[in-house]
Amino acid sequence: MSQTEVTMKDFRVEERPTWCPGCGDYTVLAALQKAVANLQLKPEEVVLSTGIGCSGKLSQHFGSYGFHGLHGRSLPIAQGVKIANHKLTVIAAGGDGDGYGIGMGHFIHAMRRNVDITYIVMDNNIYGLTTGQTSPTSAKGFKSKTTPAGAAEDPIRPLHLALAQGASFVAQAFSGDVKEMTEIFEAAIKHKGFALVNAFSPCVTFNKINTYDWFKEKLVKLKDKEDYKPKSHIEALRYIDQYASLVTGIIYRQEGRKAYHEEIMGASEIPPVDADLMISEEEKIKLLSPYQ
Amino acid sequence: MVTDRTWKVGGEQGEGIDSTGEILAKVLNRKGYYIFAYRHFMSLIKGGHTNYKIRVKDRPVHYHGDSLDILLAFDQLSIEANWHELHNESIVIYDSSKKEMHPLEGKSPIMAPIPLTSFAKELGNEIIKNMVACGASAAALGLRPEDFDSVIEDLFAKKGDSVIELNRQALRKGFDYYQKEFAHSYPLPEAKGKNLYLVSGNEMSGLGSLLGGCRYLAAYPITPATEIMYWMLHHLPKFGGRVVQMEDEIAACIMAIGANYAGVRAATSTSGPGLSLMMEALGLAGISETPLVIFDVQRGGPGTGLPTKTEQSDLNEMLYGSHGEIPRIVLIPSTIEECLDFAFHAFDLAEKYQCPVIVGSDLFLGMSKKSSDSLNLTPYRVEKRHIISQDDLDRLEKGVFKRYNLDAPDGISPRSIPGQRNGRYVALSNEHDEVGVEIEDSSLRKAMFDKRMRKLHGFDFGERSVEYIGEEDVDLLLIGFGSVRNQMEEAVEVINRSGEKAAVLIVKVLKPFPTDRVKRYLTHARRILVVENNGTGQFADLLNQQIGLHGKLELLLKYDGNPYTMKEILDAVRDREGVLNR
Repeated sequence: MSQTEVTMKDFRVEERPTWCPGCGDYTVLAALQKAVANLQLKPEEVVLSTGIGCSGKLSQHFGSYGFHGLHGRSLPIAQGVKIANHKLTVIAAGGDGDGYGIGMGHFIHAMRRNVDITYIVMDNNIYGLTTGQTSPTSAKGFKSKTTPAGAAEDPIRPLHLALAQGASFVAQAFSGDVKEMTEIFEAAIKHKGFALVNAFSPCVTFNKINTYDWFKEKLVKLKDKEDYKPKSHIEALRYIDQYASLVTGIIYRQEGRKAYHEEIMGASEIPPVDADLMISEEEKIKLLSPYQ
Repeated sequence: MVTDRTWKVGGEQGEGIDSTGEILAKVLNRKGYYIFAYRHFMSLIKGGHTNYKIRVKDRPVHYHGDSLDILLAFDQLSIEANWHELHNESIVIYDSSKKEMHPLEGKSPIMAPIPLTSFAKELGNEIIKNMVACGASAAALGLRPEDFDSVIEDLFAKKGDSVIELNRQALRKGFDYYQKEFAHSYPLPEAKGKNLYLVSGNEMSGLGSLLGGCRYLAAYPITPATEIMYWMLHHLPKFGGRVVQMEDEIAACIMAIGANYAGVRAATSTSGPGLSLMMEALGLAGISETPLVIFDVQRGGPGTGLPTKTEQSDLNEMLYGSHGEIPRIVLIPSTIEECLDFAFHAFDLAEKYQCPVIVGSDLFLGMSKKSSDSLNLTPYRVEKRHIISQDDLDRLEKGVFKRYNLDAPDGISPRSIPGQRNGRYVALSNEHDEVGVEIEDSSLRKAMFDKRMRKLHGFDFGERSVEYIGEEDVDLLLIGFGSVRNQMEEAVEVINRSGEKAAVLIVKVLKPFPTDRVKRYLTHARRILVVENNGTGQFADLLNQQIGLHGKLELLLKYDGNPYTMKEILDAVRDREGVLNR
């Protein structure tokens, strides 16, 4: 194939998104298209696996191979794809309910394996598509149809969890800053190992608390903190505690760690998808010999 | 002429009962005896009662038999738990180092006390009592100590010559003592087998998968299916595959779907509780038209149920489980060899029809072992992949690949895999259009639904669909699915010897149901007895639904966790004992 330059256009599809005007998910889509184009990835060599919710629709509007699967299950699909064919660039995406509610178990275990995928959580602190219910990242006291008296639970702290579970890349982005989000996505995709990007992506229709303005007022850019180096767990935890997790940028990055497809028994340059399915008669005899 | 012999070792779980049974089984198999070995065990690590039974015949044998000729008992519980199988000529070899051991009332088998533990201690290691016991068993069965040589060598090769020698001594000790003290021994049937392989259903499910092109397993450990995972772990990496232990069965099944989507032939293996967790994923594979193979090794349900006991009660879940409606194939092997054959074919079927294929065995079939003389692997080779070629994709106009092409006459639209140029699509669990965009349009929904269901119209697994054993015109037809076949087959032999005419019909494809193939046998039979290992008659209900025999079926059910005995089936046939009408 020719060495023509990949552009954002290569990752666009005809179908128009059905998100509300002003939805943060438009920015996530644009930033992701820009990031993969900047990295010169071929659309056929990228797979985007998404969950269910407004965020889950991302794969339909992104011009790579996609899997728009079940609620909370974007990660098992993404890991299956990556291990089956580690030559592909694999991205998983979903919402806060999808990833930190119904899919929480998979989130923790994917980090434990350090599968080489990027996981973008489009965090709007609410269930949007189902018209506004409290989500795992809604603040304590958050009022919605499912918590009319205010949420009694503390929210999930995804950055803390990721750091505690040893994710090798932890970042946070905001749809109000497409440039920074693009940079973070690029870094996350380039990172070898599991990369979490918690992306604040406001729901303009149902969440009247965590709005663009609210985030703009509160978010602190790590880039502006010259002394911050994303290399220490302790430092990362101290920072996100200090700013109540309201920071953007790369929070932690562990270089040089092997990814799961390099660690798993049978690890090889050749992915399972390219394995030879022919088994010789000699090998068949060997397969039976232990049973004699 | 002796044609049948049974031996069993029983004791506490964790004291090497399984390995004692394995050693004798391996010795017999190598010497050309046809055997069947059944493991009875409990869901605990130490204590309780476990046993390992071997039946030897002069021809291939598929079931462990109702009675017991030689019991090797390491504790009193083993005598009590197996007393019902003994007869007055049975030999009970027991560990007389333990003072409490004694026979029960009602029959008088020959008691052969041997201080197994004391002998082992004298030899310097209590563990070796199992080998002393093997020696005594060898004497009681007319085997020679040398018959054990190659098995002992293989087993302890890594531990060195001194360990091998110690085990030989222990074996000889038990052998000599038995020969000196006890007159009774039982000759074995003639060893007529050649090139026998001692294999379990689970092992054959693994082997069939590998031969069928499976190069990926995602699973969660669960009795009695974990042995499939072990087999895959041992072999797939050597053939370029991978095995991933997932956090739960939801993740395992969905990971297998992801791997299939990426183009590798992938499976998951589980038992009832795990299958229940996979129900949503099953629908995902159905609507996204992604190949998927699920092995369900059934155990006693519901809930956690009977984790270490056998049952055939997942049938309805395999047939109907998951919300919504999808095309699916449900294959039920009835022999250990069929575990291999069906596993092999499952991967081609899943890929060809782009739908889930469930292969449902059970604990009895999965964990039992038999000497097989019919394992010819030569025909098992992957002939064809069902994935669109890069050339075909290149010929299409850019960006117009219709993954879910409604024009496919048989509903099977070519599938691309990531990495292929111009094959981009989104696999969707939402209802979708031809390229993979979610839709809610009524007519498109209906067309897409019909396309999916059309894939299996007229599906026929050929001669593998059903098996009829017996003459055409019979008084009695025993019908069932899966592992019950083995006791039914033997029961029918007994019935036919007594002058009545009976036959067996085994249904092996449960979905799409081979109605025509089954019907022709059912309309002939004068009396039909359905035999199944569950409590509600799921298979009989299916027969009524598919064939419409309401009121004509007699039904025998068993749901106590154990496989059928032949006697239970014969009693139902002769005296209608336990028979229900359905």
